[in-house]
Amino acid sequence: MSHSFTAWNIDRTIPSVLDVGHRLLEEMLGKIQAENWSSRDLFGLRLALEEAVVNAIKHGNRLDSAKSVHVECRSTADKIWIRVSDQGRGFNPEAVPDCTDPDRIDVPNGRGIMLMRNFMSRVEYNDRGNVVTLEKLRGENES
Amino acid sequence: MAVHRRLQLNQVGDVSVVRFVDRKILDEANIQELGQELFQLIEEEKRKSLLLNFSSVEFLSSAALGKLITLDKKVKAHGGKLKLSNIRPEIYEVFAITKLNKLFDIKDDEADALASF
Repeated sequence: MSHSFTAWNIDRTIPSVLDVGHRLLEEMLGKIQAENWSSRDLFGLRLALEEAVVNAIKHGNRLDSAKSVHVECRSTADKIWIRVSDQGRGFNPEAVPDCTDPDRIDVPNGRGIMLMRNFMSRVEYNDRGNVVTLEKLRGENES
Repeated sequence: MAVHRRLQLNQVGDVSVVRFVDRKILDEANIQELGQELFQLIEEEKRKSLLLNFSSVEFLSSAALGKLITLDKKVKAHGGKLKLSNIRPEIYEVFAITKLNKLFDIKDDEADALASF
């Protein structure tokens, strides 16, 4: 890799307020955009971060501002690693119906997890389902 | 006629061509407002032929997809036609992954879409 790279971390706890979440997302994406990612990877990172943080605030903590969301992000020369934790009851990601099932294709929600899995290198939930870990490797899709 | 804050509307023959004001369709409040403005075109203004031109859109979240699906249902319920055009490759990939490219009638550009109504 020809360009120099400086590793960085973000470790932040925010209230369950969508505007606060979006401000943090823009801060993270501003750092990510300054790095050498392809436009497709940048699109996928924005999409996955957006889905993970909004899911934690909206579905995990149910917009309860007394509950917080913990966002950690580590960017290194070979990958970006993100963990988003909420204080909700959690859920079973395997139990989320397949949104591409012809009988469910016109259901308006339930697509976020599938999109994260497609654009990230790794998406994992803890057993309780209130912590999601995302990883994106650099150069994964380069030919 | 209603004021649209999130949409730009242009009438081409019988077809109402919609462009989006926001380059990134992701903020919850904006998506709600966008949904209401789109639904209004069908339910109150009784427009039958709707073309959504995505040329200005760089990003949309799954919440925005939900609004488009609801719009599609409303258009069909009112006996209208909905088409989408000018979708950039990354966003088209979102439609393809979720198989929504089979639900929506997606054309490459506005001219193709207009000719297909």
